[in-house]
Amino acid sequence: MTDPAAPPPPPDLSAALSLRGLWKRFGEKIAVAGVDLDVPSGSFFGLVGPNGAGKTTSLSMATGLLRPDFGAAHVLGTDLWAHPDEAKAMLGVLPDGVRLFDRLTGAQLLTYAGLLRGMDRDVVAERTADLLAAMDLVGDADTFVVDYSAGMTKKIALASAMIHAPRVLVLDEPFEAVDPVSAANIRDILRGYVDGGGTVVVSSHVMDLVQRMCSHVAVIAGGHVLAAGTVDQVRGEQSLEDRFVELVGGRRESEGLSWLRSSSASS
Amino acid sequence: MVAQLVRLKLTLLGNTFRRSVWQTIGMALASVYGLGIIVMVVAAAVLGGTTDPVTTGQVLTLAGALVVLGWWVVPLFAYGVDATLDPQRFVTFAIPRRRLLAGLAAAGVVSVPGAVTLLGGLGVSFAWWREPLALLAALAGALVAVALCIVGSRATTTLLAPLLGSRRYREVLAIVAVVPLVLLGPAIGSLTSTFSIGPDSVGEAVEPLARVVAWTPFGAPWALGSAVHDGAWGLLAARLAVVLATLAVLWTVWDRALARALVTPPGGETAGAGKGLGWFSRLPATPTGAVAARSATYWLRDPRYAASIAVVPLLPVVMYVTGVNAGAGTSFLMLLVAPLVAWVLGFGISNDVGYDNTAFALHVAIGVPGRADRWGRALPVLVAGTPIVVAFALVGCAVAERWDALPALLGISAGALTTSVGISSAASARFVYPVPKPGESPFKTPQGATVATMVAQFAAMGLMLALSLPTLVLGIVAIVTGLPAVGWVALAVGIVLGGVVLVGGVRWGARTVDRRRPELLQQVMAFR
Repeated sequence: MTDPAAPPPPPDLSAALSLRGLWKRFGEKIAVAGVDLDVPSGSFFGLVGPNGAGKTTSLSMATGLLRPDFGAAHVLGTDLWAHPDEAKAMLGVLPDGVRLFDRLTGAQLLTYAGLLRGMDRDVVAERTADLLAAMDLVGDADTFVVDYSAGMTKKIALASAMIHAPRVLVLDEPFEAVDPVSAANIRDILRGYVDGGGTVVVSSHVMDLVQRMCSHVAVIAGGHVLAAGTVDQVRGEQSLEDRFVELVGGRRESEGLSWLRSSSASS
Repeated sequence: MVAQLVRLKLTLLGNTFRRSVWQTIGMALASVYGLGIIVMVVAAAVLGGTTDPVTTGQVLTLAGALVVLGWWVVPLFAYGVDATLDPQRFVTFAIPRRRLLAGLAAAGVVSVPGAVTLLGGLGVSFAWWREPLALLAALAGALVAVALCIVGSRATTTLLAPLLGSRRYREVLAIVAVVPLVLLGPAIGSLTSTFSIGPDSVGEAVEPLARVVAWTPFGAPWALGSAVHDGAWGLLAARLAVVLATLAVLWTVWDRALARALVTPPGGETAGAGKGLGWFSRLPATPTGAVAARSATYWLRDPRYAASIAVVPLLPVVMYVTGVNAGAGTSFLMLLVAPLVAWVLGFGISNDVGYDNTAFALHVAIGVPGRADRWGRALPVLVAGTPIVVAFALVGCAVAERWDALPALLGISAGALTTSVGISSAASARFVYPVPKPGESPFKTPQGATVATMVAQFAAMGLMLALSLPTLVLGIVAIVTGLPAVGWVALAVGIVLGGVVLVGGVRWGARTVDRRRPELLQQVMAFR
């Protein structure tokens, strides 16, 4: 897309999240190869890409979970890797594929997250009750998280990312395994949060969801950002899904698996 | 099917050898060790069979019965330790049950314990090498015994799978299993000291027991050789009948249980619930207080921690029995209990981030200050450990009738607790090694946790010992000489030196956590 030799522009200090030249290599594999991305403040930002595109790695480096080999991440103008404490106070993070302290009950886990942020006991108690109600988990407040279903686990993790009222929410695959009703409730919560001035970054590979829900989108594949902007800018006249397939490629135009079509009972 | 499953098992076994260099070295050492034990046992059996075939036969029957019993019972405690051929994994394949059963049975031999049992069983049969007929019977007996072991263990685990699938049952069982494991050593010790008079008394003690056990399904296959040796053909037939009937019953039980397991998906248990916020409402509402509340909750609720607490009340028993067996020195061993308990408790947090596993991501995302992280983990151990250790010191002095040793003992114990907590706080910030993951059996050996783990643990232990040395020397001098003044000096040195190590270790650990939080997370992520 852009000339790789050209130096990246300086970080956008007004952006909710501004990534510049992020690189990460795991052994032989380069997971993220120079990601530049600006998430405008107050946007509902979707990050889409095929499996193994570097979405999780990029978001981990943008939220302080993974130290980049090169590059910088700014959260509302604060350099995350230079001043992690200030930057992390403004961030709420839902990482994908990590455990929770699941021997705690749902209410205990939220309380733990709040107290770790240095919040007041009464505020924590009030917000714990509110979040449990919003996530429809009041009845399971005293159930151990280890006994939660996958969707409930996702919801309690999301709640613990929101308890300190962050200004930027970074959610890695927030709707995976969540039932449609809960997903709709979570979308309402997130939309209200954006209307109130917050910024949400979600990663997903459900294009339709991103097209309906997000104001901005970035397509990432092979460790690079292929396109970024408002949803309408990126998709043009096409649906986001078609545009995505066009950008990423990899569709097979073959007759493949012809034996699967017939109902002939041969093995 | 048989060939396929055996090949699958061989591939899985081969892969465990190849996973990493450390693992290969560890497995090679374990194999050499296992082979050494087999060679020793076989040599002892052949030697015994040459000199006293009757008694040897009886001992083999008893030992063999224990092996079979172990095969049946141990998998119930060590759930998930070897789930490579879990029947649940074959649910989606359309494999006829009979063929699956035969395949699983054959593949059961292809494992380290399976191979050891087979080699050992066949090897000890050569105790009868002077009588070809008895040897033949013993070899056949060993083969059916191995079949009994494998079919029996599969039958019990498959039958009880619904129960073993319940998280709470498994966790209680895992903690309960610690008790016999800890008491095994002293029990064997007192048995051997009872029977350690000479070969004649061994025969006297073993003979009636062996006669009974030879009729049980556990001992019968191992007693075939003896029956031939005695020329008791009727007995041989009867024992063979016992074995074959048991095998048939077990096979049927396993077949039925497997049929049920293949159509019953796992899950569907009632969820556990706690009450209110527990420690979170009792401890201060600060990050340190929160970490402490979380640690305290885990010490009581996570079997991986709770198992080490379950050991603590057993230690005095072990020490007492060991002391009685050894004849003299009971009082001295009782004095060891308090420092040992202190050390066990402190060492319990030496890999705390490894125990957190990827849940540590919460601390990283929030950026929990290293000070709060370290003190929060250390304080529950110190606060709960101090009264326990003082109580054990008082009990130790009372049983040993050495009240004069109390100051020195308190000094050593206080030093052991503070030093081990301090070193653990530093070590767990720097070294993370794989442990059983949350929810796994505390006895499961995690992947990649072999030599590297041991090196890290030994380094931490060595450092603890070196830093406790001044207190230890003073304390031992005080206890041996009985000089009260030295004892008080040991107490002062123990508290002061231990305190310095504690604060130093926690501070160093806190700085290390602050510096390399994301790297710690990457390390535990790699354990998945």
